[in-house]
Amino acid sequence: MELVVNILLGIVIAATPLVFAAIGELVVEKSGVLNLGVEGMMIVGAIAGFSVTIESGNYLAGVISAIAAGALMALLFGFLTQTLFANQVATGLALTMFGLGLAALWGQDYSGKAAGNFPRLDLPVLSDLPLVGKLLFGQDYLVYLSILLVVGVSWFFRKTRGGLIVRAIGENHDAAHAIGYPVVLYRYLALMFGGACAGLGGAYLSVVQTPFWAEGMTAGRGWIALALVVFAAWRPGRALLGAYLFGGITILQLHSQGFGVKVEAQYLSMLPYLATIAVLVIISSDRLKVKLNAPACLTQPFRAAT
Amino acid sequence: MPEPLLELDGITRAFPGVLANDDISFRVGEGEIHALLGENGAGKSTLVKIIYGVLRPDAGAMTLRGKPFAPHRPSEARAEGIGMIFQHFSLFEALTVAENIALGMAPELAKGDLRGRIVEVSTRYGLRLDPDLMVGDLSVGQRQRVEIVRCLLQDPQLIIMDEPTSVLTPQEVEVLFETLRRLAGEGCSILYISHKLEEIRVLCEHATILRGGRVVATCTPGEETARSLAEMMLGESLSPPATDRRTPGEVRLRLDGLSMASDTQFGTDLDDIGLEVRSGEIVGIAGVAGNGQTLLMSALIGEIRAERREAIQLDGRPVGHLPPHGRRKAGICFVPEERLGHAAVPDMSLTENVILSARMRKNLSRNSFLNLPRAARYAGDVVARFGVKTAGVDHAARSLSGGNLQKFVVGREIMQEPSVLVASQPTWGVDAGAAAFIQEALIQLAKDGTAVLVISQDLDELFAISDRIAVIANGRLSTADPVEELTIEQIGLRMGGQVRGRPDTLGAAEPAHA
Repeated sequence: MELVVNILLGIVIAATPLVFAAIGELVVEKSGVLNLGVEGMMIVGAIAGFSVTIESGNYLAGVISAIAAGALMALLFGFLTQTLFANQVATGLALTMFGLGLAALWGQDYSGKAAGNFPRLDLPVLSDLPLVGKLLFGQDYLVYLSILLVVGVSWFFRKTRGGLIVRAIGENHDAAHAIGYPVVLYRYLALMFGGACAGLGGAYLSVVQTPFWAEGMTAGRGWIALALVVFAAWRPGRALLGAYLFGGITILQLHSQGFGVKVEAQYLSMLPYLATIAVLVIISSDRLKVKLNAPACLTQPFRAAT
Repeated sequence: MPEPLLELDGITRAFPGVLANDDISFRVGEGEIHALLGENGAGKSTLVKIIYGVLRPDAGAMTLRGKPFAPHRPSEARAEGIGMIFQHFSLFEALTVAENIALGMAPELAKGDLRGRIVEVSTRYGLRLDPDLMVGDLSVGQRQRVEIVRCLLQDPQLIIMDEPTSVLTPQEVEVLFETLRRLAGEGCSILYISHKLEEIRVLCEHATILRGGRVVATCTPGEETARSLAEMMLGESLSPPATDRRTPGEVRLRLDGLSMASDTQFGTDLDDIGLEVRSGEIVGIAGVAGNGQTLLMSALIGEIRAERREAIQLDGRPVGHLPPHGRRKAGICFVPEERLGHAAVPDMSLTENVILSARMRKNLSRNSFLNLPRAARYAGDVVARFGVKTAGVDHAARSLSGGNLQKFVVGREIMQEPSVLVASQPTWGVDAGAAAFIQEALIQLAKDGTAVLVISQDLDELFAISDRIAVIANGRLSTADPVEELTIEQIGLRMGGQVRGRPDTLGAAEPAHA
């Protein structure tokens, strides 16, 4: 029983950075923009969060710095793609490269340092319940924030006017413009939200999960988050589910060794990525289904007709 | 004249290279249906965008109910009681009717029981709508209702309608006109933009006629003839295309049980299409946009292959399995609807663009090497024979105006001397001069023995050039009947999908009164 709880705890911790990054990118894509720079924004968030936490000793300051750093990276992407009309795919790839390099430079002096334990929820009685206590009421605060964020985004898209406008802009930006909505402004806002979430996801890795800094520590999680958005068919709830699924696969990989399953470690490391490809192939096989939810204007640049 | 609601005074707006609006002044009275008449490119759309706050004028002023009026964005215009029905609907296919309507309204108005109000207004004006349906699943006529209901929910005093009937069946047009007259009767003014003369004559009390960005005339349309209106609009006298009939020869193109599933989410499937086109005749396919024309064109070109190769036959040989270049080689040439991006590659030169389609039939390449001098000569021949205005054949297709590029694209195909020519919307959005030239060229091609198939939404055009007309509705094609035996009403009924045109049901339709 103890083992099951440990595995579940591991899954939550492995999944949370994916939840943050994926829900942010989901909002971005719903507005009709594809930002492939999630990996870059995550790692810059990771080093920003880690360095500020170490220097200030304040976790909140670290988390806020990570959010700001991710949002700034996204702002750069927004300026290039929305104002200067650079190609979104190329710019996103460049943003990832840039982020990896910038983070490596920034993090030179932080290798080998540790951040200590991130504050956790601690409720009297509830958190001390056997088995479920730790799982439900004893997680770090960011885990709860990630869940709240998913619920919030889902509510935003279904129930608010702002969410309807974002969906409309992603669906047909020319019509949205003709009616009078500021397409570019909304896209900037969505991008910055996405960047903030990615930065937060990165900080979760460096400040909470490990907690130390290592160059390239995001290790492709940004790409998995991007795949998750498609996997989820642009639905927040499914993105959460997908993130936990992939978190599960990662943990499975760790524990299978413990069970004495003899598989080369490299194969297990490939597993999440293979699963990503498999899932993408399966859900993409029905073209109509993918199209139904995919924002019709995804990756299309918007220039206001003068 | 009734109290003026909206007055324009000296509105001027320039774009790089063109003066779209040049010192335009007119007034729209309260409860008046006012026509803004002009050709494509006359400056109508720019002008309404200025009134609706999408664009701002370089010079000039507007007054609304006697007060200065200068909206900076559409929401300001809406707040002043101006509503707009767009030519290309500003609707979102993946959202519901209610969501679409909410998006086009001020936030305060969209609150509360919006669904209830939608149902109420739509019933009051006889425009039935289900607020929970996805817009992508609606017909074009229903989509227009969404726009109109959205507009009406805001209690507008002026409704601007930009080419509202270009996508409607004649029966839907009747319903629309009734709604408009009723609105005008309730005191709402309507600015009606169109280049369809007959409609304006029937509907509008006053007309302002634009040409080249300037007001060239004002009149009372009811007192004019369609011909005099056209001459005011075009600034020249017109000669209708020659309509002497040709004698059709043997069957060249045969469609036999052509069925195909749409590859797009909201597309229409083709259902058992059958048609014969003979040498020397022009067959027209009429229909409201979105009834399967796009897919039919893809199937004819070979962009999507038919399941059975016999479904498409050329001179008795099955070609349904052939890719586009195979069909060209066999003798079918194509003029797709979209000239920039489909018929021609925008950033390639005219010479390169002729290679893409005429490579085989005109021997423009040998052993994978291009014969550029020959291609340039061929492009030059097209330019010369079809009177294409261009600085030279090494200029990009993008640099040509719409009418000139269309003449070039049509000429490129015609001069390949195909046994079958399939053209979709051959004169869509081109000026009247180029349109007449292209229609003349198609007629000449048929005279020379080619079987010509024209898919068009322009009924006037089809009646002017076709020998027989079939109607596509909901992916099904009616029989092709001689134009002399058809009336606009019959075509309209078939467009609405009510009558599967067969000889025995023809007599049941109403007689003509047009």
